[in-house]
Amino acid sequence: MIIKNKAIIEDDWQVLRLQDQETAEAAIVPNGKIIVPLKVWLAQRAVLQQRNDIGVWFASDERPENLAEDVHRFSVIAVDFPKFSDGRGYSIAYNLRTRLGYSGELRAIGDVLRDQLFYMQRVGFDTFEPRPDRNINDALKGFEDFSEVYQTSVDRKQPLFRRVVRQGMGAVGFGDD
Amino acid sequence: MYCYDEYDQRMIDERVSQYRDQVRRRLSNELTETEFLPLRLQNGLYMQIHGYMLRIAVPYGLISSRQMRMFAHIARKYDRGYGHFTTRQNIQFNWLKLEDTPDILADLATVQMHAIQTSGNCVRNITSDEFAGVAQDEVVDPRPYAEILRQWSTFHPEFAYLPRKFKIAISGAKEDRAAILAHDIGLSVGKNAQGETGFRVLVGGGLGRTPVIGSEICEFLPWQHVLTYVESILRIYNQFGRRDNKFKARIKILVKALGIDEFRRLVEEDWLNLKDGPGTLTREEVERVASFFTDPTYEVLTDHDSSLKEFMADNRNFSNWMKHNVRPHRVPGYAIVVLSVKKPGNAPGDVTHEQMDAVADLADHYSFGEMRITHKQNLVFADVKQADLIALWRELSKLELASPNIGMLTDIISCPGAEFCTLANARSIPLSKLIAERFESLDFQYDIGEISLNISGCMNACGQHHIGNIGITGVEKKNHEEWYQISIGGAEGNNCSLGKILGPSLTFHQIPEAIDRILQVYLRERIDEGERFIDTVRRIGHTPFKDHVYATDFTEEPIKPDDKDGVVAARYAVPFFSPRF
Ligand code: HEM
Ligand code: SF4
Repeated sequence: MIIKNKAIIEDDWQVLRLQDQETAEAAIVPNGKIIVPLKVWLAQRAVLQQRNDIGVWFASDERPENLAEDVHRFSVIAVDFPKFSDGRGYSIAYNLRTRLGYSGELRAIGDVLRDQLFYMQRVGFDTFEPRPDRNINDALKGFEDFSEVYQTSVDRKQPLFRRVVRQGMGAVGFGDD
Repeated sequence: MYCYDEYDQRMIDERVSQYRDQVRRRLSNELTETEFLPLRLQNGLYMQIHGYMLRIAVPYGLISSRQMRMFAHIARKYDRGYGHFTTRQNIQFNWLKLEDTPDILADLATVQMHAIQTSGNCVRNITSDEFAGVAQDEVVDPRPYAEILRQWSTFHPEFAYLPRKFKIAISGAKEDRAAILAHDIGLSVGKNAQGETGFRVLVGGGLGRTPVIGSEICEFLPWQHVLTYVESILRIYNQFGRRDNKFKARIKILVKALGIDEFRRLVEEDWLNLKDGPGTLTREEVERVASFFTDPTYEVLTDHDSSLKEFMADNRNFSNWMKHNVRPHRVPGYAIVVLSVKKPGNAPGDVTHEQMDAVADLADHYSFGEMRITHKQNLVFADVKQADLIALWRELSKLELASPNIGMLTDIISCPGAEFCTLANARSIPLSKLIAERFESLDFQYDIGEISLNISGCMNACGQHHIGNIGITGVEKKNHEEWYQISIGGAEGNNCSLGKILGPSLTFHQIPEAIDRILQVYLRERIDEGERFIDTVRRIGHTPFKDHVYATDFTEEPIKPDDKDGVVAARYAVPFFSPRF
């Protein structure tokens, strides 16, 4: 079960993770819908690009630019959070959405917990695989933590100060005048 | 000062509910301590020796009397009757229970306060000049920008799990009073030759175990771009900052490793995507926020009240106080008053709930109901009528907040140290008391003149010992003794420099004597009274100080088992979980 667009749904994508000794070149990519490590995609691109049931996932130290124009081939891209406290995945997601223009499904995998979901959805994730030992229904509540935000990100193109009229204390001059 | 609108208030209230639920889940073991840790840290809650410590944000150090009364209430109701002002212009309570913390945050939310991002690996509370808005040397008031940055950084989704904590300081005066060179990002807002407002941006400064002075990444950034530029700096840091070793995770290490030019290139490459985009500040927004920081209704007055002169001539304590604790104000007839929270014998920065209430009343009466917390752990009344100075001084004297020692030897900055902190190598506060008592004589202090003394209980440098003229760091404890290193030559301000270690470490009881010897060298070597301690150190170098300090043995103080200052207290072996965050 995963969360997609704030609903719990069945999911038939598998995530391929390399075993200790396994190299990206030698890794066997099984049949069926599978999300492979970026390394595997880059190493086996010639073969894998023939398939249309492949997704790719980023480790937190990999850079979205490495996928460059390939990004539009995928209907699923995932970003792995090895630990929830490793925040690089947030910038990877932001860059995939804004710099590379990726508009397909973007899922958070790994150490994905309720208390990070609010921020994750803001930087462009729409699909989440919460850690299996946690109650997925409970995780849904994480999206409701805040009803308003100050700054821009993927979900909000305009900051609060451009979206609403906020009251000040009356007119003051600006320093430049 | 800034006043929340419905948006600010709603976000704070929602944060309290979110946190209340997190505490509930922790108490029912639904969350493990490992999972709860980063959540509580983003709410300023640390596990320390006596239980939980809560750090409450005082954005850029500015606080109203109503908020101060709330601190008094928290100190009384949930703590042991006092709080501790920190060098980052915040307040900490050291003796709290986890179960109480949601209620404390709810209480704080009623006076527009919170503990958001006061710890954890995120953008921390933004600090600024304690004399902002009233200083004579101010070019642009930094407070509106500090508030704009506060809002921008609050719950920033992308930068909540950075490699390490991130501190931003901003100043807008000719003299830097916010230590902007010692921050992850330092901003100096000013004007260019055309009279346009903009920022000098510094990056990669910081103290801690690897002290570094910030490098200039941008000489003049027009004000519109400050949020997007800071965003790009953080994005580069978030992606490239080291995460394998927490001692090498601050942005200063990244900037050093890449070099400032390469770091700038990366930032500006990212920034090109944001520049002039929707994150760009608007004039309306700056004016809206600035409208909260307009002048209070000053009366039209003149300087030089003759009754003050007479009273100064009659009363030496008062004239000392006028000389050392009162600063000139931009508006005629007004003065800036620094309240000394450094009475020798008391812990630097500690304020009781009675003092808080009384100070709040005085602020209402004498300073438009507002005050500031300084990075030297003192308080400031920014808008006092000169004609009120005598009355205010009498009141402050009763409260023991009028020690005329601002900028003097006993105006010591000290971190909490081993009695409160699990990371400490040695105690800080008892050492600061020992030093303050030894040099209590005001005549002696005035003879020494301007000097800064900073104490940290370990190399993490919460007492900012690197930028103290004299810096003391706890290095280890062994054989029932605590050992400290002394450095000299550090300074803050425009001429910021890092102190250099003088020589082998010394024990708790040797430190006051060592300081005495350092001061003797200064008195012997200075050209005249106008040459400050730091100037002498810069002129003659370390060697004369080192030679004299280590020339003769220190008299050994026997350690008596029942002397609590002599023996390192047994409660060092901390049974609690240690937050190695
Ligand atoms: C008692 C609980 C505290 C703990 C456990 C603690 C821990 C730390 C640690 C680990 C660092 C080093 C961070 C790094 O370099 O990456 C640090 C730095 C610092 N802390 Fe604290 N601290 C505490 C209290 C305080 C207090 C009370 C103050 C203010 C009086 C303070 C102000 C600072 C400052 C100014 C720095 C230096 C920032 C820099 O590295 O540039 N801390 N603290
Ligand atoms: S300097 Fe060290 S001892 Fe002092 S508060 Fe910071 S971590 Fe604790």
